[in-house]
Amino acid sequence: MTDPKDKPRPVDRAEDPLAARREFLQIFKRGAEFSEELMKENERLRYRLAELEVRRPASERDDHLVKELLEKIQRLEIERQELAQRFARVEAENKDFANRYVEIENENNNLLNIYVASYQLHSTLDFQQVLQIITEIVLNFVGAEKFCIGLVDEKPGEFRPLMAEGFSRELAATISSNSGLIGKVLQSGEPYFVDTVDNVEKRGDELDIAAPIVCIPLKIKDRILGAICIYKFLTQKRQLAHVDYELFTLLAGHAATAIFSAKLYTESKRKLNTIQGLIDLVTS
Amino acid sequence: MAEYMALVVEDSPTMRQLIVFALKRLPTLRVTEAEDGLDALKKLQGAKFDILITDINMPMMDGLKLVSVVRNDATHKDIPIVIITTEGAQEDRQRALALGANAYITKPIQAPQVINTVKELLKLA
Repeated sequence: MTDPKDKPRPVDRAEDPLAARREFLQIFKRGAEFSEELMKENERLRYRLAELEVRRPASERDDHLVKELLEKIQRLEIERQELAQRFARVEAENKDFANRYVEIENENNNLLNIYVASYQLHSTLDFQQVLQIITEIVLNFVGAEKFCIGLVDEKPGEFRPLMAEGFSRELAATISSNSGLIGKVLQSGEPYFVDTVDNVEKRGDELDIAAPIVCIPLKIKDRILGAICIYKFLTQKRQLAHVDYELFTLLAGHAATAIFSAKLYTESKRKLNTIQGLIDLVTS
Repeated sequence: MAEYMALVVEDSPTMRQLIVFALKRLPTLRVTEAEDGLDALKKLQGAKFDILITDINMPMMDGLKLVSVVRNDATHKDIPIVIITTEGAQEDRQRALALGANAYITKPIQAPQVINTVKELLKLA
């Protein structure tokens, strides 16, 4: 609010012409000051503008750098994905190799069993020793607890057990080689296997000599010499493994050959002794 | 490379050969065979063995007697002993472990079982 005292008084202006001039000068000075302020502000704004002008290209450079970095990130991301894919491929290959290694190891172990069994079967020409070796293979390699090994007596058509393991030999009575499960195996020459070992436990401890759970014919080509009949496996033997079938196949052929060779050798030795006796008798 | 000596005691030639072939896959192991407990004791007198693998049912001297004798012998009392048993012979197994056997393998024997047990007892990689 303007002080009433500051208001120029017409009387005074009329009275004092200098006062009017002073007033005008004062207004002029104020105008000048205002113009100066405007000019300063103008200058400041121009400086600021110039400053912003200088900064703008730097900002553009930053944008460019960011763009480059983003592209680099994208490239690295693609590279990372490629590496991840390669890593996954290598990992899968590793797993494959590990599985193959396990398979080969198993195969080696199976071959070891088969090699030892085969080696031992042909290591002797003694009939009893051959039977003992077959027993050891069936007992220790296959894991059978109750089994018998028998030969076919062709003339009366009988299956005659020669040795029994895990049960009394008397139980392993002579049975017909023309009927029943064993008869069927001896006739066809095809081995018989129970569907699963677990089912065997349900049968209990009763032994039916005519009903083995595994029956392997002992054959040389088409000639059936006898059979290995398994009635019970060891408790820890839960199922038949691949190697068991391999061993059964091996036993079917090699055990038969070993038995046949041993019998032939025993017979020839006996005949040789007889002939030698006759020669000694004639020459003496 | 350090060499270890193993003594395999088994009366069955078939089983013995299987165990020996399995152990031969360990390159640092040298294997000696014995047919029964008495044969094993003779061989133990002539050499220093790092591990003993024995069957239980054997003629002349069985595996249980062998474990007992070895554990009471000052030279071999610390030798790791592995026994081979059948599942049915649980009493034999417990008796052998009580006598001082370190581990057991049940029949039917598979080569990896033998190898892994021996590796574990000899602390082989």
